[in-house]
Amino acid sequence: MLLLVLALTPFLRLNQRLLINVGFFLAAIASFFAAVAGFWSVADGMMTQVILPIGLPDLPFHLRIDLLSGYFLVVVGLLAFFVSIYSIGYVKGFLGQRSVTHLVVFYVLFLAGMFLVVLADDALFFLIAWEMMAASSYFLVLYEDERVENRRAAFLYLVVAHVGAIAILLSFGVLAGLTTGFSGFQNYTFDAMRAAHLPPELATLAFLLAFFGFSAKAGVIPLHIWLPEAHPVAPSNVSALMSGVMLKTAIYGIVRVVFDLIRTFPWWWGATVLVFGLVSAVMGVLYALMQHDLKRLLAYHSVENIGIILIGIGLAMIFTSFNMSLLAALALIAGLYHTMNHAMFKGLLFMGAGSVLHATNERNMEEMGGLIRFMPWTAVFFLIGCISISALPPFNGFVSEWLTYQAFLLSPALPSPLLNLMIPLGAALLALTSALAAACFVKAFGVTFLGHHRGHHGGHIHETGWSMRLGMLLAALACLGLGIFPTYMIKWMDPLAEKLVGGKIAASASGLGWMWLTPIAAERASYSAPLAFMGILTVVVVTYLLLHARPGAIRRAPLWDCGFEKITSRMQYTATSFAMPLRRIFGFLFSIKEHVRQPASASHPAFPDRIHYHLRVRDRFWTWMYQPVIDASFWLSRRIGRMQQGRIQIYLIYSFITILVLLIFSR
Amino acid sequence: MSIDPFIIEILQVAALLIVAPVFTGWIKMVKCWFQGRTSPSLFQPWRDILKLFSKDVTLAENASWIFRFTPYLVFGISVMAGGIIPILSMDLPLSATADVIALVALFSIARFFTALAGMDIGTAFGGMGASREMTIASLAEPAMLMAVFAVSLVGKSTSLSQMAIVISEGHSLLRPSLVFALLAFILITLAETGRIPVDNPATHLELTMIHEAMILEYSGRHLALIEWASMMKLFLFAVLGIASFVPWGIPRNGELFSVAIALLVLLFKLAGIGVVLVLIETGLAKMRIFRITEFLGSAFLFATIGMMSYFMLE
Repeated sequence: MLLLVLALTPFLRLNQRLLINVGFFLAAIASFFAAVAGFWSVADGMMTQVILPIGLPDLPFHLRIDLLSGYFLVVVGLLAFFVSIYSIGYVKGFLGQRSVTHLVVFYVLFLAGMFLVVLADDALFFLIAWEMMAASSYFLVLYEDERVENRRAAFLYLVVAHVGAIAILLSFGVLAGLTTGFSGFQNYTFDAMRAAHLPPELATLAFLLAFFGFSAKAGVIPLHIWLPEAHPVAPSNVSALMSGVMLKTAIYGIVRVVFDLIRTFPWWWGATVLVFGLVSAVMGVLYALMQHDLKRLLAYHSVENIGIILIGIGLAMIFTSFNMSLLAALALIAGLYHTMNHAMFKGLLFMGAGSVLHATNERNMEEMGGLIRFMPWTAVFFLIGCISISALPPFNGFVSEWLTYQAFLLSPALPSPLLNLMIPLGAALLALTSALAAACFVKAFGVTFLGHHRGHHGGHIHETGWSMRLGMLLAALACLGLGIFPTYMIKWMDPLAEKLVGGKIAASASGLGWMWLTPIAAERASYSAPLAFMGILTVVVVTYLLLHARPGAIRRAPLWDCGFEKITSRMQYTATSFAMPLRRIFGFLFSIKEHVRQPASASHPAFPDRIHYHLRVRDRFWTWMYQPVIDASFWLSRRIGRMQQGRIQIYLIYSFITILVLLIFSR
Repeated sequence: MSIDPFIIEILQVAALLIVAPVFTGWIKMVKCWFQGRTSPSLFQPWRDILKLFSKDVTLAENASWIFRFTPYLVFGISVMAGGIIPILSMDLPLSATADVIALVALFSIARFFTALAGMDIGTAFGGMGASREMTIASLAEPAMLMAVFAVSLVGKSTSLSQMAIVISEGHSLLRPSLVFALLAFILITLAETGRIPVDNPATHLELTMIHEAMILEYSGRHLALIEWASMMKLFLFAVLGIASFVPWGIPRNGELFSVAIALLVLLFKLAGIGVVLVLIETGLAKMRIFRITEFLGSAFLFATIGMMSYFMLE
């Protein structure tokens, strides 16, 4: 296992500019091997531990691959494999504009960091890998550093990531320190933390700190603020990885701490995770609807999907705390399945957005339109991503959301009336989320790829090269495969659920055969993606053939223009107008500034020549939570700044007073 | 004598394909009676469909493959859904293909593609229809899920056949949870199938169209498929309501006699549903689009009350 990760390091020497091919090709191979290794370790249920005698004296690094890290190794490795193939073509777009050396170097470091995070088996090494991942992704966000917005986004990302890292550090401190009463350093390994028995209040403290820290990385609302800033400005292959898998390392952290290190907890922990998950899901998709920057829209959808994953995990925690291991296994598998699915379709969508960006140099959807004619392949792959993320059958997003609904529907078995009444409302919010996601992706795909082109560079748009298409094709196939063969996937994941929560559902999930997914029992609920897919396909083909038995002519004609002289591309619905009804209905959640100006016309007051429409939609959390903090820190730094006089005598007095104070107190 | 379940499956899909336009014709007929007009024949929708099939297709110049693929997909999904809902028998080979939630998701994918087809041409109407349709759908979805939740509490399942079996074995029609869920379901059906007061299937007035705006550019066989599919959708929502709330008369297995009875009972129930629908449609005016929030909000509220009353009263 370890060799694979070490195999990544030789890339660092491949610093020649035109060796993108080699660098990303080797990265692809390394990720592929990591995914295979993870796959086998989950399938065989093996556990390997390695202790590396490097690092600080007496504090060797511990590495371990078990079922959970194996699973996340597959998630990270698979998408990294696809994205690395894609990058071969994508990064060539930067050639001639800037040096790609540091992009390659940090890309490889970033991958290595993510692999090491899931493999780490002690707190020290975990945090080192975590920081390696955070720092290298900071530099990747900063890649096109001449733009102000990139520098601002990268800085914001760095701040939030480190606030989170501090919380994780403190959480591990609580977990490790309590086992020995803060007297030694030997207990920084995860093994020691597993063996420890924590008093409930300290366990709660550790959980809350860890949840806060990992939430900052995952972009859970209200800590999501960096995500829509950083993801759009990073190069698209990096955004695919950041959104697709880097956020998942935070999910890994939450699952690891809760189900593996702490293990016993009250139900309200689960309820907390569930509530934050629901808020993130609903608010994330609503914010996404308001965006017209394609990559920003996708970034907000990551917030939504992290919310959906947390819903599954939160339900699993609630079921576990009531010792209902079967249902806990169902909910946990739903959450982890969605982790895998989100990696695939979000990676695919960011790669598609990258292709669009590559071809048009445009992120603003209002300048796109009609791209399906210029880039047919990209359009098909992007459409598959859209269907998957909107949770529509037969693709993968639906399977995991359906499993989550089943977990919700089984919640009446809980022995608590309060939860019985409240949890169904969560299911309704999830339904709202997935329906809004469908609306959002009709908008994203419709405005970007369909209709007439709105922009100015009609002739120059071109389809992308083979490597970019291959990367997207593989991810699209993964979306379809995960959607059609869920029973195999669940069979493979089952040992993981059994190890973490003690229940298994694989036997009942394929009770009717591999074609039917029946999570608890066949009478309870069933879904067969292969049958639905084949059935619909058969009817479509038969109808098509029947209707084309008679040679019928298709006449192409210009659009009906309702009697106006000419239809222009500006008469189409735009992204902003598409979202208008929902903006009005859910407007109270945003701070919206709408401004219409209509200069008086020279010819006639009733027929204005032009109308200016200005719309600004802002995140309320920015003004509620972040602006006060920013203001306070500026105020504080101004106060402290007064101490800086710039005269050496005054600084000597400061030193003198400090020494005096220290002498008095440390006598 | 017992019929093979596969034959019943085929019979059921055939019944769906044939009866759905007649059901729409029946609704139009009753509506004309209520409004004191002379009605068209019961089979007028059939004639319209056949006429459209014999016409050539006129396609907009910039229509992509999505525009041409959508009618087939929408039609295919409706036929598939007809094989899943128990209409003539509860013992169907396809009934395990999807439970209620997956069935609703199948309808969602049809809507997703219809909305995309609306945007494909690049006219203002298509985009307007797509935007409104997706807005209404996203408000209807939570209410629908809540109604499913309430019914599945009673039926202990989300599988349609299983729900129908459990509810037909129950004694009373007046379980409070089911009554509230039924109210919610009726409101949702009006929204999902585009009936008054949410949408008006008979209008082509520019600013009030929703569903019609998306399919405005279709012609010939494409239009025929879409029209047929939307008639089937109305029919399917009716039989979905029958299977989950009044499943009496649907036989457990495929006895020849009981299947024949089931067909008669079905026609009788559909006639009743048609009258109820006409009463609602003639009694109400079409709503402003931003009032639909309240309309579907009350559907959600009914469903939630249904669920709570299960926990409190039953």
